[in-house]
Amino acid sequence: MDRFVFLTIDGLSRGAVYAAFALALVLIWRAARVVNFAQGAMAVAAAYVAYTVSAATGSYWLGFVVAIVAGLLLGALVDRVVMRHVDHASPLNPVIVALGLVLLIQAVLGMVYGNEFRPAEAPFSRTALTVGGVAVLSPYDLFVFATIGVVVSGLAWMFARTPVGLRMRAAAFAPEVSRLLGVNVGGMLTLGWALASGVGALAAMLVMPTELGLHPHAMDLVFVSAFTAAVVGGLDSPPGAVVGGLLVGLLLSYVSGYAGSDLTPLAVLVLLLAVLLVRPGGLFAPVVARRV
Amino acid sequence: MSATRAALPPKRQLADTGDRPVDRRRGSTLLRHLAVVLAAGLLLVAVSYAVEPFRNFQLATVAAYLCATAGLTVLTGLNGQLSLGHGALMATGAYTVALCQNAFADRGMTGGWLLPLSLGAAIVGTVVVGAVVGVAAARLRGPYLAGVTLAVAVVVPALAVTFDGVFNGEQGLSVPVEPPPMSLGPYFPYERWQLWITGAATLLALLLLANLIRSRYGRTFRAVRDDEVAARLAGIHVARTQVIAFVVSAATAGLGGALLAVLAQSVSPGAFSLTLSLFLLMAVVIGGLGRLTGALWGAVLLVALPDLTHSATELLTLSPAVAQRLEGNLPLAIFGLTLIVVMIAAPGGVQGLLSRLGRALLARWPARRS
Repeated sequence: MDRFVFLTIDGLSRGAVYAAFALALVLIWRAARVVNFAQGAMAVAAAYVAYTVSAATGSYWLGFVVAIVAGLLLGALVDRVVMRHVDHASPLNPVIVALGLVLLIQAVLGMVYGNEFRPAEAPFSRTALTVGGVAVLSPYDLFVFATIGVVVSGLAWMFARTPVGLRMRAAAFAPEVSRLLGVNVGGMLTLGWALASGVGALAAMLVMPTELGLHPHAMDLVFVSAFTAAVVGGLDSPPGAVVGGLLVGLLLSYVSGYAGSDLTPLAVLVLLLAVLLVRPGGLFAPVVARRV
Repeated sequence: MSATRAALPPKRQLADTGDRPVDRRRGSTLLRHLAVVLAAGLLLVAVSYAVEPFRNFQLATVAAYLCATAGLTVLTGLNGQLSLGHGALMATGAYTVALCQNAFADRGMTGGWLLPLSLGAAIVGTVVVGAVVGVAAARLRGPYLAGVTLAVAVVVPALAVTFDGVFNGEQGLSVPVEPPPMSLGPYFPYERWQLWITGAATLLALLLLANLIRSRYGRTFRAVRDDEVAARLAGIHVARTQVIAFVVSAATAGLGGALLAVLAQSVSPGAFSLTLSLFLLMAVVIGGLGRLTGALWGAVLLVALPDLTHSATELLTLSPAVAQRLEGNLPLAIFGLTLIVVMIAAPGGVQGLLSRLGRALLARWPARRS
């Protein structure tokens, strides 16, 4: 039972990170109908920038802020310099370009920082506090939950309550009409990319200390997990991404706790296939009238 | 002027999709392809005698990659299914051939027929895996399919580590391969023998693929790629067509992986990482989707680029640490950058550019004569 409680909380903590990363995927999907396969690599790049800043200044928090800013800038840059010029006629084209970005970013990181693992420090202790003899939350878990909670509710507030959020939703939903009504659709798209990439960078900063550490390929498996989370929720639904992320986190935690950590990639694949084969639109997809 | 231009058929479309007008040629497709393959085989044998052993080995590697890129071209270029998992399928073929060859060696069996048997087993093994993935793939579209195959690419190398009793973990397996037969002479270079094996297998695979592309199946592949609804209305079983395309493509990828394993005489999960899958996709896109010649350019790039960057970094005087970092990563960076530029500037790839150039020259030539 103790173990179950521990694995559950560990799973939710991991899941919160997957949820944030999945949310970033959903943001871009809703805005531009592109699944950003380069998101993991972009987040790693931001994390390396943070590492450099932290190493130079000795301040974790300065690095943390820099990572998010770097993520925002990188997202905007990728949209302006690359994605905007891709022919979106076939859904394959943006995916292929994103994969080119993956290779390019990972290679550049490898050239600058080398391909070896670097330890990523955690700002709080990762040893769990015990309540009545049962190990539950670590301070770091609390930090993860709090950060993700702030970001998710902040995004929800922005989209639902602010004029910018309204314009972003309008630009994604009906670009031509929005343009006629004076919305800067291209600007909204860039903002969407920047926000998604910033959230991705934040998720990378949170997951690095718990996973292997800093490495150009560190986010490969995290990306697959987050993609699964986004698919579980349906690529179109932000709340779905959050629930999907938590579910995937729990599943991975139970699998690695009870069956062995080697099997977690396989569990992700099985879950992904199962969801796609049974409910391709995700668990939260509204029933769409069939178009003939 | 504008009226005549409007009356002209839209030529650009042909250049972009890479489909040739079918009725330009007459005669038996099979015979023509056989002739081309025979010529290529003879050329390969001649080249294998003309160049040094290392070049033989490189050509053999090109041939092995060509198997995989040709299969991926059929899948992505002709059927419109994007697979990031072909590296994993190559791994399946490679591990099958390793297990077979080890089993034969353990039982003390020898003979020239064992290697073709192992290669056949590798194809059968990947066909089974490809059918499983293909059935799932046929129900998925665009980014979903890419995501699933990406997961396959990440998971399969991890499996080799998980079940290390069979696959020997990160170390991998060695692939015992017999020396060239004595009838070729006692000093027959091993690399030339390797080129002969891989060349023969690849040419056979290409012959089958080329015929498939120009057959009824090839047309249904393209019909499904261009418009699924229209294909369905025309009586094509879309899902079945997609599964067939995936299985064919998996079989060639498995053969390619098996050939690579035979060349390297070892397999390990590190050789079939996600990067290899991405590399294969890069290669077919840069080479030019939709034609087997594009796959050839891609395979050549896969072998030549690391070699070229190696020579380039050797020319510069760099500290060993920097040189080591550059050597592994520079080809990746160049590949990634080229891919982005190609997708934005010239979606037809190398082959698209070449054929556009060729058409432009052909169009000019009769005008000069008259």
